[in-house]
Amino acid sequence: MTECLLAATTWLLPFAAIDWHGLFFLLFAAIACGAAIMVVLTDNVVRMALHLVLSLGATAGLFFLAGSEFVGAMQLMIYVGGTLVLLVFGVMLTAQTQLVSLRTPAADRVLAGILAAALFAVLVQSAVSVEAWRRPGRAEVSAPTATPLGMALVGVRVDGDAAGHESRPLSGYLLPFEIVSVHLLVVLIGAAYLARAKRRRTPRAVELVASVDPPPPVQARSEAGESASVLVGGGR
Amino acid sequence: MAEFLIETIGLPSWLAWTAVAAVAAFLILNVIAGGALVFIWAERKIAARIQDRLGPTRTGGRFGWLQSLADGIKLLAKEDLMPDGADGMLFRLAPYVSFCASFCAFIALPFAFDVVGLRLNVGVFFVVAVLGLEVFGVILAGYASASKWSLFGAMREAAQVVSYEVPLGMCVVVPVMLAGSMDLVTIAEKQAGWLTNWYIFHDPFTFVIFWVYYTCAVASVNRAPFDLAEAESELVAGFHTEYSGLRWSFFFMAEYGSMFLVSALAAVLFLGGWNGPVPIASLLGWSDGSSLSAPYAVRLLGCANLMGKATAGVLVMMWIRWTLPRLRIDQVMTTCLKYCTPIAALMFAGVMLWQLFLPGGLVPGSRHQAAAVREAWLEGRGDRVPSTNVPLGVVPATSRQVVGVSQ
Repeated sequence: MTECLLAATTWLLPFAAIDWHGLFFLLFAAIACGAAIMVVLTDNVVRMALHLVLSLGATAGLFFLAGSEFVGAMQLMIYVGGTLVLLVFGVMLTAQTQLVSLRTPAADRVLAGILAAALFAVLVQSAVSVEAWRRPGRAEVSAPTATPLGMALVGVRVDGDAAGHESRPLSGYLLPFEIVSVHLLVVLIGAAYLARAKRRRTPRAVELVASVDPPPPVQARSEAGESASVLVGGGR
Repeated sequence: MAEFLIETIGLPSWLAWTAVAAVAAFLILNVIAGGALVFIWAERKIAARIQDRLGPTRTGGRFGWLQSLADGIKLLAKEDLMPDGADGMLFRLAPYVSFCASFCAFIALPFAFDVVGLRLNVGVFFVVAVLGLEVFGVILAGYASASKWSLFGAMREAAQVVSYEVPLGMCVVVPVMLAGSMDLVTIAEKQAGWLTNWYIFHDPFTFVIFWVYYTCAVASVNRAPFDLAEAESELVAGFHTEYSGLRWSFFFMAEYGSMFLVSALAAVLFLGGWNGPVPIASLLGWSDGSSLSAPYAVRLLGCANLMGKATAGVLVMMWIRWTLPRLRIDQVMTTCLKYCTPIAALMFAGVMLWQLFLPGGLVPGSRHQAAAVREAWLEGRGDRVPSTNVPLGVVPATSRQVVGVSQ
């Protein structure tokens, strides 16, 4: 039976020689680069967003391929998910007619091209200059996990053994973590404060009855309309 | 399974790994597609019964159980229409974006111990992140349809999903905190045993937060009463107004896939995963309590257990859909921002304090706990990192091993 199976699958044999890891790396890298180029070349903003999603998603795939699942999931959640949903939001809620077809002036293209080429040159130079990456073949790396980092953030260091700090444990990053968290909270509250609907104070029902003048009907109606349309954000 | 193929049948390792990967992908695809068929039929029957009707009765015998298959054939035969002025590429692409997002999230969902497409170290995080991507297909569909109904539906959906991710994330963090791991397999393993070990019964706060999670999950998959994106009484059909035929059915498969996914996630996070209300397997002596040595029959039992819980979750969603009226958009936002988020935050703090102060929880003293966690992690690391040539079980533990079939 085994022989039969093997004989039936001999046409698959060339696949055995393929370095699947390298193949998938190239696949994801090609998608990331191609989609990134398409972002620049496309006129339509929403299509740009789609290509950006593809590019960032393929980058997340590269992270997964490298075994750093946490960074990959982060990439998906923060960049692909959050940023692009908000981007599409912004595009659709703002002036749509101007953005459906974006034409970049030639001067801008040249300038951007020079800038991008310079950045690319720097990145390539610095990437090639790292000694360890130029060795042929892959080094066997144990699967890195986010656990040591997460534990260090709550004050437990598990990565200190290799350095021989057994006698005096390394300190964690609890304090910096807390400081950053509080800063982020401040930013969130500030954003909510800035983005709130700025409404004038309306007299309450009790006060309406008590007051001599009836309230202007126009204002009452507009207030009602505002509270009903949350999507528009009450921007008057 | 791969090692079985390699050792018993004598297949070369690369072929064995490819075969195993193909089988896993096939199974996951069938959970979504087959599940959608069954759930659509169930939805029609449940809706009918709730509305005092009979529902489908003729197709395929007594209960009309072939109805969704007939629907599927009808959809295949339908003409694929595209409105004038639509953005062709995006219009065609949108259903697949939605479906792929739903499918990808299933990769990291464990059905039983080691019966998981890809055991990720950060499984919870991955599932929640990928699930959020489904909205992108909806937005594309709404934009590309060149229809006002579609655009309204898509904008509502975007607003709703982005808002509901906040409380949903907060609820998901609680089981992560209790288990001390983001690995879905580990989280479910910690709830092994009797019903009382489930995280929903861990303390009063988790009991409350389960319902918050369920509410947010219903909202994040756009089911009634939160189905504003396709509110048929206002928006014709919302974001899929202009779709017909197979593309339309892809949206539906994505929706039913997501419903099953969030229900299964609820089961893993709060309802013990594949560990039943009664530990039948260990009572019968099939397994010695630890899942590592469990035979395949026990895993199959666990798989059925989890699927049963998830299906129950989906059925409750249907019950809710046909019982409650649809909310307005401002009511949806109020529910999210004024009720779900604060309740989730309070319960989160409550669970934290419970863990800190009450004995019997994880933590007698934080410093001791830290040492224990560290020891456990160092111990686990030794187990977790064998050389890449040794397959661990049904499915490899890291993505590197999946693609490294040629080694």
